[in-house]
Amino acid sequence: MSDPQASALPAEAHAEPGQTEVLVSAKGLVKYFPIMGGLLRRKIGDVKAVDGVSFNIHRGEVFGLVGESGCGKTTLGRTVLYLQRPTAGSVEVSGRDLSSLKPRELRRIRSRIQLIFQDPYGSLNPRMPVSDIIGEGLLAQGMKSHAARMKKVEDSLEAVGLRRDYTRRYPHEFSGGQRQRIGIARALALDPEFIVCDEAVSALDVSIQSQILNLLLDLRREFNLTYLFIAHNLSVIEYVSDRIAVMYLGKLVEVAMADQLFKQPRHPYSVALLSAIPNPDPRVRRKRLVLRGDVPSPANPPSGCRFHTRCWLREKLGNPEQCSAIDPPLRDIGEGQMTACHFAEQVGVQAASEVAATQSVIETAAALPD
Amino acid sequence: MSTVVDLEGVSPVAEGRAVGPPPPADVLLDVRGLKTYFHVMDGTVAAVDGVDFQLKRGETLGLVGESGCGKSVTSLTIMRLIDIPPGEIVAGEIWFDGREILSLPMAETRKIRGADMSMIFQEPMTSLNPVFTVGNQIAEAVKAHRQVSNRGAWNRAVEMLAAVGIPSPEQRAKQYPHELSGGMRQRVMIAMALSCDPKLVIADEPTTALDVTIQAQILELIKAMQQRTGAALLLITHDLAVVAETVQRMAVMYAGKIVETGTAEDVLLDPKHPYTQGLITSIPSNVPRGQRLNVIRGTVPNPFRMPVGCRFEPRCPLAFEPCRDSDPPLRTLDPGRRAACWLQYPLSERPAGRDAAASSQPVTTERVAKR
Repeated sequence: MSDPQASALPAEAHAEPGQTEVLVSAKGLVKYFPIMGGLLRRKIGDVKAVDGVSFNIHRGEVFGLVGESGCGKTTLGRTVLYLQRPTAGSVEVSGRDLSSLKPRELRRIRSRIQLIFQDPYGSLNPRMPVSDIIGEGLLAQGMKSHAARMKKVEDSLEAVGLRRDYTRRYPHEFSGGQRQRIGIARALALDPEFIVCDEAVSALDVSIQSQILNLLLDLRREFNLTYLFIAHNLSVIEYVSDRIAVMYLGKLVEVAMADQLFKQPRHPYSVALLSAIPNPDPRVRRKRLVLRGDVPSPANPPSGCRFHTRCWLREKLGNPEQCSAIDPPLRDIGEGQMTACHFAEQVGVQAASEVAATQSVIETAAALPD
Repeated sequence: MSTVVDLEGVSPVAEGRAVGPPPPADVLLDVRGLKTYFHVMDGTVAAVDGVDFQLKRGETLGLVGESGCGKSVTSLTIMRLIDIPPGEIVAGEIWFDGREILSLPMAETRKIRGADMSMIFQEPMTSLNPVFTVGNQIAEAVKAHRQVSNRGAWNRAVEMLAAVGIPSPEQRAKQYPHELSGGMRQRVMIAMALSCDPKLVIADEPTTALDVTIQAQILELIKAMQQRTGAALLLITHDLAVVAETVQRMAVMYAGKIVETGTAEDVLLDPKHPYTQGLITSIPSNVPRGQRLNVIRGTVPNPFRMPVGCRFEPRCPLAFEPCRDSDPPLRTLDPGRRAACWLQYPLSERPAGRDAAASSQPVTTERVAKR
């Protein structure tokens, strides 16, 4: 079920910083959700949320994962944490395959891998005081002593910039930004090494967002944390990440160092994604490359390259056969930049602006004809 | 809606109040000293507390601010879509197309709303009716304001769907909102808003719920349609980058007041108000990786306990003596360029404590949060 090309991908082939230790490694990760239907509620199909994804995350690194809603980035984050068992493929943390672990061992390793949620309103139990919200994980990890737990809770509150005596308060007494700090304190309390930040700043106002981003980067330095940072906001991703993976319909289409990606994206989807970011500098008035149509359904992804129905490069090249027939594997196209496009060498600023210049901005509602 | 009509007669705003002189003819929308309050159980929230701005015909203006600053309430007041009670328009005038609309009877307002001024909402799924086809909904809007046959209204709906780039519009018009994608629904909203050739379109966070590639589609569409129809655009958003790309002029709101106005270029490149400065430097794309983001300390003030002086003073890195006690009014720096900050006033015009003012160290108060 897993894509043989993706899983066969040698880990060393990714754009990777130096020779640091690999902390988290995903190999050919696949997660399908069954679609039930018909009279007998039989399985009639699969939502292919994650469909053959491999990557390594190094210790101390911020690995950014960017993509639009429905591309599978949240599912990927949850599967990496083994909150959902993958349909195929494996996740290794410090070289230990999570699927081989017994439940007790898995629970122990869970304290080292944590999650910060998007919604600071929905992710904190309104009936629990802060001490319980943060202390619950410690209790689950076997910290029986109340005094020891409280000490740890207060320490984590302090680490995220809240007052130690907030332990008796309830979530409704805090603002959105403070709640997000509580969510971070909960993750920190277990002394994790690896934290998945799933849209951790997306629900916050700009002025609060910057406070939380600074905090996350401070904590990373202070506690030597490694992040998988999932977001749809490219400016946030660019700011926090060392390395970035771009995801489209369940697959990684490009993995590159942050500078590389933003300077020279080599996948047509990355190019369009970067071109779509509104620029806060009013002097920059460029012709934007607008992608046509919507993201196709992950239950029935397009054949060949999944992006071919919206790809501006394919159209420019006169719809070559390959695009709709063969799924391009991630390949190194120089300096460790990994791209899954048959024609990556022809992707460039020049080609993109040529296409943008001739584009009708109104007629972009439909995908390209096959 | 009926409660609004019933209460209209007793609303202090409607009772034959004296209004100022009308604005010049080239001004389409003139909002003067607008105050919209909400009376709730815990007290009164001054959601909009003295807002002034003008929008010329065919002009585009961005109203920017963070959640709770009153930008949406301002737009809803202009559309007269505020529920009274709990809302109350305490003071102010809104001149639209030569008429003061707050003193018009509700029936008159209804003629303007949807025809001469229309609105694009943030969430197209909740603002479209799920049990009618999209073609029906657009046709209904057309029929409410134009003398047309059913056939004519339907044709107009199809024509508008085609105009906003929806492929095979005849078929799409017969579909229900749930059959369309998010971007497509937002196109339907735009088609509906433009169906009666409005003079003013208010777009309240039109792309916030959309993905970035779809956001790009919709922003380009709004710009193209604005230029094609010549309608004035009031764009309400929290996103400075969207403003930078879409509008000519902008106004920044904070805690119910406008703190700065000017051309988008002036405000974004040379912000005069410390809040605007803080907002711009908090955007990650303005800061290189590895460098700390600028932070506006603390949080927005509690709406029940607004600071007496400048509302930004508790968070302001440049605050000094007068800021705590007196709220600075907007000062005109250049034509069309205004800022509400004592630092923009010459020393002689600042309130007490002015001697030491310029040189005094920034005041740090305990009111700011920990970081």
